[in-house]
Parts: sequence; C-alpha cells; structure tokens
Amino acid sequence: MEKEAYLRLFYEMVVIRRMEERAAELYQQGKIGGFLHLYIGQEAVSTGLISARIPADRVITAYRDHGVAYNCGISAKRILAELLGKATGTSGGKGGSMHLADVTKNYWGGHAIVGAHLPLANGLALADQYKKQAAATICMFGDGATNIGYFHEALNMSKVWNLPVLWVCENNRYGMGTSIERASAVSEIRQKAEGYGMTNGCVDGMDLMAVREIADAMLKEVRSGKGPMFLEIETYRFRGHSMGDPEKYRKQSEVHKWQENDPIGIYERFLVASKITTDDELEVQAQLAEKEVQEAVEFAESSPEPGAEELFRHIYVED
Amino acid sequence: MARITMREAISQALWEEMERDPNVFIMGEEVGVWGGTYAVTKGFYDHFGPDRVKDTPISEAAIIGAAIGSSIAGLRPVAELMTINFAFSAMDHIVNEAAKMHYMFNGQMVLPLVIRTVGGGGRQLGATHSQTPDAIFAHFPGLKVVAPGTPADAKGLLKAAIRSNDPILFIEHSTLYQTRGEVPEGDYIVPIGKSTVQRPGKDVTIVTYSKMLELSLKAADELAKEGIDVEIVDLRSLRPLDMGPVIESFKKTNRAVIVEEGWKSFGIGSEIMSRIYEEAFDYVDAPIKRVAQKEVPLPYNHTLEQMAIPNVSDIIKAVKEVL
Repeated sequence: MEKEAYLRLFYEMVVIRRMEERAAELYQQGKIGGFLHLYIGQEAVSTGLISARIPADRVITAYRDHGVAYNCGISAKRILAELLGKATGTSGGKGGSMHLADVTKNYWGGHAIVGAHLPLANGLALADQYKKQAAATICMFGDGATNIGYFHEALNMSKVWNLPVLWVCENNRYGMGTSIERASAVSEIRQKAEGYGMTNGCVDGMDLMAVREIADAMLKEVRSGKGPMFLEIETYRFRGHSMGDPEKYRKQSEVHKWQENDPIGIYERFLVASKITTDDELEVQAQLAEKEVQEAVEFAESSPEPGAEELFRHIYVED
Repeated sequence: MARITMREAISQALWEEMERDPNVFIMGEEVGVWGGTYAVTKGFYDHFGPDRVKDTPISEAAIIGAAIGSSIAGLRPVAELMTINFAFSAMDHIVNEAAKMHYMFNGQMVLPLVIRTVGGGGRQLGATHSQTPDAIFAHFPGLKVVAPGTPADAKGLLKAAIRSNDPILFIEHSTLYQTRGEVPEGDYIVPIGKSTVQRPGKDVTIVTYSKMLELSLKAADELAKEGIDVEIVDLRSLRPLDMGPVIESFKKTNRAVIVEEGWKSFGIGSEIMSRIYEEAFDYVDAPIKRVAQKEVPLPYNHTLEQMAIPNVSDIIKAVKEVL
C-alpha cells in the first residue's frame, strides 16, 4: 500500500468516529428521530474489510451501517443528511439511519430486520455468477443474526450454489443486550460455518491491518469462483446497542477494558512504529476529518426537508 | 386462437419470456428436474439448463431473498413458492423487503421480481395447505398482487408481470390448471391493475376473481334461466385495485354480490363493499352481500371442506337476496 492509502484509512476511521459522536449529539438535541445505532469501537472492521474490496465487489450490511456506508464512498454530508431525514440524504430522508444505501457505489444497504439481508446477498452474488462477472458480495451482520433461520438458509444455499459471497460476522459479543453465551449454542461463531462445509477464519477486529489482510486473501478466493467463505471478526461496541440503552447487561469495567484496545489508537501506533507516518501528519489528518464532519453537520442541518410530493413517490416504478 | 388449459397458458408465458430475455430465470422448489409440482415448468430444465431453471433447497426465505437480491442487481427472477401457504415462511422477505425497498431507498433499487405461487382449497389438502390468504398480501403498498381467473388472463398477466419493474405476487389457483379457454398466441399482454367485465348484464353485479370467477359464471348461467341478468366484474389484480369497472357496473345495476374464496372477515369483499359504499352510496338499492369461506380452518374431510368453501348455490342465493 502507498503511504496515501494508509493515511486514507486512518482518516476514514476518524471521520466515522467524529461523525457518530456528532450524530449522538444531534440525537440528544432531538434532530435525529427513531433509532440510532452507533458503530463506535468497530471502525476497524469495516474500514479494513472494505479497503480490500475492488469496485466490482458488492457490499450489504445490517442496520449499524453508518461506518460501512462511509467506507463505501458515501460522504458524511449525505449520511448525516439522511439521519436528519433531509432531502439531500442517501435515501432522500425516507430511509433513516438504518437504511443508508448508494447503489452507484455498489453499496446495497442498510437493512434493519436482523438477518433478513443474508438471503439478499445470495441474490446479489447470483447475479454476478449468472453474468459471469468476477466479483464478490461482502455481507456483514452481527453475532445476533447467526441465531435466526435466515442465516442458516442463506449459508446453506450459498454453498449449494457455490455463490461468490464473503460472509462477515461482526462479533461484538452482544445481540442487543443478550450475550453470545446466553443466545448462541456455540460462542465461536465461525463453527457455524463449519456445519456448511465452508472455509472460515477469525480475526481481531480491533486491528485494521489484520482485518484487511485476511479479507484481501478471502476476497481473492471468493472472486475466483471457489465459492462462499466465512470470516468472523471479533470486535466490541463502545456505546450501547442504540441510543438510550441502559446497558444493564454488561459491566463498565468490561467496556473500559475493550476501550484500551481502541482500533484507531492501535492503527495510529502501528503507522508511527512502522515509520509510515508521523504523529504530526496524523494530527493533520484528524483535523481534516474533523473539518469534513463539521461541514457535513452544517450541510445536513441546512438541507431542505423532503417535499410533500415525496410521500407518494417511489411506491412503484410504474406509477 | 387456441383453446388451451390454464397450465399451458402459464407455461407458454414463461417459456416465451425466457426465450425473449436472457435475464429472465426461474427458481424454486422442484421447478427443474421434477418439472414443477403442478407441471407448469415441464421441459424447461432440459431446454434452458440448470442456470436458468434453478432448483432450490426447501428454504422459502432464502428463495425469495435471493430473488430480491438478484432483481436489484439486474436479473428478472420468476421465483416460485410451491404454495401460498409456504409464503408465510417468506413473509418477511415479501412484505418487509420486496414491498419496501424501492420506496425506502428512494427509488435507487428496482425490483423486477415475480413470485409465482398457488392458492385455494378444495383438494382435501388439509388446513395448512388449502388457504386463500390473498387479502393479507394485498394489504401492503409496494407489492402488486395478481390473481387470474382465465387462461388468457393468466398468460397476459404473467407476461406483463415478468416485464414489470415492480415486485409482483402472482397467485394461481390449484384447481384451475385444467380449465380451458381461448388464449391468443404469441405476445399477448394484459395490463396489471385493470379489472374487466367477464360477462355483461343489467340486473346485478358480481365482483369476483380467480377460481370464484368460474363459479360465478356458472351461477350466472343458472340465474339467466330464471330471467336474472348478472354482470360479472373480474378484479384480476388485487393491488393496484381497479374499482372503475366495479363502480360503473354498480351504477347500472345498483345491486352487488362479492364472491371470494378466502375468509369473509377483513377480506377482499370487505374492501370492495366499503369502496362501493364510499364511492357510489347514492346508487345503492339493496344491502351488498358477501359470499366467502366459512370462518374455519379448512377440514380434510371432503364433505366438511366443501361446506366451508363457497359454491354455486351460495352465489345464486346471495344474488336472489339482493334483488
């Protein structure tokens, strides 16, 4: 990787962190409605993973989607505008936080029913297989999604049809407030892929470079037509499941222990220790990130609401 | 025009559309090697090959989910659910994904998706395999629901559905496959969302669709012998619902009976009746009647099952009550 690319990944993680901190403020000010699921703590997962994709690779994820959307190339402006329900948002204000998408960036959403997008990922991959295009579909989901039927139907079908899907479980240890140990028959999620005869791996999701390395290797295999693969990425969300989570299910000491492994800090130390860059250069990047987010907040707040005519638009293609 | 069965008409529509557009493909349980549970896709596997006639695992959610995913990525899937009773296993994908995605993502995602399925009772398949839950699916904006009652409409509507860019639930009736009718050859399209008068008359309007069209036509023939002239409006599409021909007919006859195979409560008849009262109250000469399934899970026993499903004499009786 070129130095610029290393810096870019740092920049993306900082934008995501700052963007979500601002989103939390906007939520508390009542400017964001509904649910808001923050990605803080998990930034290295999508940043590392998406950095390994080629433009032809499709990405689809669940509802904790702000970071993934940004990594896929959607600007902080359009993400925050969508969170504020504005006409300039990714879905024109009709989708909200959980339904960000931009198909021109090969980013297929943002899906809010737990596990329901896994079968959709098979369909995206099927289209590439059908048209003989060398591309992978990256499908991200949480540990909680591995307990729903869709997960099992989808993994089975992907293997039976040899579909080019990289299944990526972001194991942040809790499905809402229920820990893996209380919800899943096996705590090592990748064992579930074994049941479908699927090549699998597990990686530390706080280490961007480790995520990128394994994702790059697996995506090459998947693209080459060798069938689906499964990657478990161990991570942790520093904030609650969504805003207003009383967090009775975990001790603050546990959260603090994980926060010592902040993915941005780990990556920063790696960049400096391996002499790719300096603290000063990173500080410049952090300031640029801060600036992008500040401009995005201003853009979102000053953007227009969708017009009343939007209410009945796009129910059908052929109205 | 050839006189062919409903099965042949549907099969013809599928075959012609697959020949026309290489992005059209079929997926579902037993659609390939088996040739379709109702033999609709017999011969397709050998002709079009396994990539375009895809046998699936018994995984309804995965079938519909994959069909949705492939449709937004540019293919034109015709996904088959062996019966509409199994659609409940894919309910989330039909109503929460397919019906929402075009709107929720502000038009970015386009779903040229057809879900073919089979409904209806009367074959002693028991309570879980004999339902007519059409009204449930017609409830959701974003989904289109089509249910043909004649072979010609089946062909024309299915071809229109495959060419449409919206998600469409295409409900066939399990006891109509052998029904014969005149069907135009080649490119014959019936627009989705258009009701039609299947039999003109002046005394009373019957509003119906699918299998109940067949029974209503028989009832009308019987009533004609007594000098009662029935007009029959076939809805053909439940969503979008075209009330034009219904209201036009009602303004002429001032009397209506609505005939459906599903349960009466919260059903198609409830909706049609409400709309007639809303849109043509001044033309009402008699309370509108509904003929529908008895409010029971359909029993296996033949006699009991037949008691629960509407029949020709139920329709005749209702028509006489509104006259």
